[in-house]
Amino acid sequence: MDFRLNEEQQMLQDTVARLVRGEYSFEKRLEFSETELGFSADFWRQLSELGLTAVPFSEELGGFGGGGVEVQSVMTELGRGLCLEPYLQSVILGGGLIGQAGNDSQKEQWLAGIASGELKAAAALQEPQSFYNLNDVETRAEKSGDGYVLNGRKAVVTGGHCADLIIVSARTSGDSRDASGLSLFALSPDTAGVDRRSYPTIDGSKGCDITLNNVQVGADALLGTEGQAAEVIEYQAGRAVAGLCAEAVGVMEMTNELTLDYLKQRKQFGVPIGKFQVLQHRMVDMMSELEQARSMAILAASVADSEQNDERRRVLAAAKNVIGRAGQFISESGIQMHGGIGMTWEYNFAHYAKRLIAINHQLGDDDFHLERYASLLQAS
Amino acid sequence: MNMNYTAEELAFRDEVRAFLDEKLPADIAAKVKGFRRLSKEDHLRWQKILCAQGWYATHWPEEYGGVKWTPVQKHIWDDESCRYGVPRSIPFGVNMVAPVIIKFGNEEQKQTYLPRILSGEDWWCQGYSEPGAGSDLASLKTRAVRDGDHYIVSGQKTWTTLGQHANMIFCLVRTNTEVKNQEGISFLLIDMNTPGITVRPIITLDGEHEVNEVFFEDVKVPVENLVGEENKGWTYAKYLLTYERTGLAGIGISKAALTHLKQLASRRLKNGKPLLEDPSFSQRIAKVEIDLTAAAISNLRIIASVEGGGVPGAESSMLKVKGTEIRQAINDLARRAIGPYALPFVEEELTMDYDGDFLSDENAAPLSAQYFNNRKLSIFGGSNEIQKNIVSKMILGL
Repeated sequence: MDFRLNEEQQMLQDTVARLVRGEYSFEKRLEFSETELGFSADFWRQLSELGLTAVPFSEELGGFGGGGVEVQSVMTELGRGLCLEPYLQSVILGGGLIGQAGNDSQKEQWLAGIASGELKAAAALQEPQSFYNLNDVETRAEKSGDGYVLNGRKAVVTGGHCADLIIVSARTSGDSRDASGLSLFALSPDTAGVDRRSYPTIDGSKGCDITLNNVQVGADALLGTEGQAAEVIEYQAGRAVAGLCAEAVGVMEMTNELTLDYLKQRKQFGVPIGKFQVLQHRMVDMMSELEQARSMAILAASVADSEQNDERRRVLAAAKNVIGRAGQFISESGIQMHGGIGMTWEYNFAHYAKRLIAINHQLGDDDFHLERYASLLQAS
Repeated sequence: MNMNYTAEELAFRDEVRAFLDEKLPADIAAKVKGFRRLSKEDHLRWQKILCAQGWYATHWPEEYGGVKWTPVQKHIWDDESCRYGVPRSIPFGVNMVAPVIIKFGNEEQKQTYLPRILSGEDWWCQGYSEPGAGSDLASLKTRAVRDGDHYIVSGQKTWTTLGQHANMIFCLVRTNTEVKNQEGISFLLIDMNTPGITVRPIITLDGEHEVNEVFFEDVKVPVENLVGEENKGWTYAKYLLTYERTGLAGIGISKAALTHLKQLASRRLKNGKPLLEDPSFSQRIAKVEIDLTAAAISNLRIIASVEGGGVPGAESSMLKVKGTEIRQAINDLARRAIGPYALPFVEEELTMDYDGDFLSDENAAPLSAQYFNNRKLSIFGGSNEIQKNIVSKMILGL
């Protein structure tokens, strides 16, 4: 049993860490966040030049052939920097969906671009009514000539505002919430009838809602077998969940470091406030929650790329549940112990705290994953 | 034991309802109920209506234009006004500095300031906290040095709520550095337009400009602006804080927020059914509603205990902790109820005059921001840790 990263993995993590430390100061992040793009094009290019956007892709695509642990290393460091780049949306989720469902020509067309960072993908899987259930899809894709016509609305597509390629889930048959009858389509946001409404998100990032109004796509836009997308979506959402868990661990490391520093440095009643037992215990609880979260992020990374089965499903649901609960506890405790200063825009802590809450609203909160886990409980 | 309102109290409640039905502007109530931002003008417009009714200054004696309500009547007002969507009263003038002026100020100060608070001519803010003096308020460092018929004030105050609207600030300042912290503090009334005062906004994590820093650089304050005696300010400050603490539990606000949450959960869908019918979510709501019921009765017990006069003691600290935990739990559930829509932060949807399409449910827009903003509840007015210290010392004798 050995939980250490191997030499290559460690080098990978160190590379990302150095890059983030050098390029992603808090002040710069605020600037990136306020641009229309919502992140740093320059940092994205550097991730690409160092081969980091290619980590999960095969070597033919210029990739690293990395699995869950490699992706985890990258995501944790991006979390520490509170980085805004669409790594999760494009590299992990977008690249994953095409890699799993796409045919050879589709992979050839898009994967190299995603791996090099030149093409940014986003997955539009949620809808206004779907409440984290990715099978709850009302967007319809009707056969029309050689292709399809899409109608519907996709909700809260993080990273969708800047995506060059949008992967949309739509129903080719079946009723709302049926697993069968779901299909995936890859389309350009410039296609006639696609309307994006972009907005900032509470954590300083950006996203969009997408209206599809009689959007005509060719048969070559269909990713995978018609009506059989639910399994692909579930599997790739699972990889993204593992990525989010790893990111959250990086965010929590920072919240805890900042809070501990503050407890040592802030004086009231003539002593550092860290001398007060009630605050000491709360800090200890924050640390325990982080370690619980870290354990689950490691476990999630270990199954992220393994074969789908109930054990993988359970682990990923458990991990996201722990991350959601730990994230909220740490976010709220850290704000409380900082007092007013922990609530100000000018100080970095609040932005980390907001990211932790936001992560709980991506791909299912702790309640959603608790229910999912409960539905998979084994009798014995 | 009788937990019912008397016939007189019921009649008073009807009177309150009739007044609110008739006089509360619909646009203001809609903003309050939708958790939208209120302007200074909104507050002043409502204050004028309340003053015309004689119901603005509920802590003041009648001779100064106050209204003589019993604690139960005040409670009825609080309960009904929250239910109707009455704007939170800005307490710094009417409920904070005024009681101090009435009890410790001289006749001239009463004649000068009280009418201007009633008329809305003066908007007060509070100069208590400093960067180095938060929970340990008595360690404050802003200096006031006597120079002839003036004090020269230098230093910095922070977390000054709505200081951007204020033309007056009441400050705790240090007038003696030779004695114990608490014994060298004085209570000064300062005109914000005096040269040397700078107000700088503090933007909070939800993008809101609610609090400020106030800098004092050799600010000349006439000695007649001293309230009571020099170096006795700490006594006055503590007197004021008892007024601040009552009401911080926010029972009425929680009731209104819970109503909003249940409406929200009946509209949002989970697997095609209203979230309110989801077993686990409805149990979460049930739990907070039960906690609120208990806290509301605790609140009434405290109110009944001071019906004969006086102000509540350390029990109100206990209630502040419980009450703020409940408000935060309701905000947490509201944010959870909108699922992925907790992420979008569409600031223009937070203003009332926005006339575009709402991204989601029109009520979803402010909920994440509100959750983050209300993390302040367990920090301000004496953090919940400090409140527990008070209970531990004053009630338990530990």
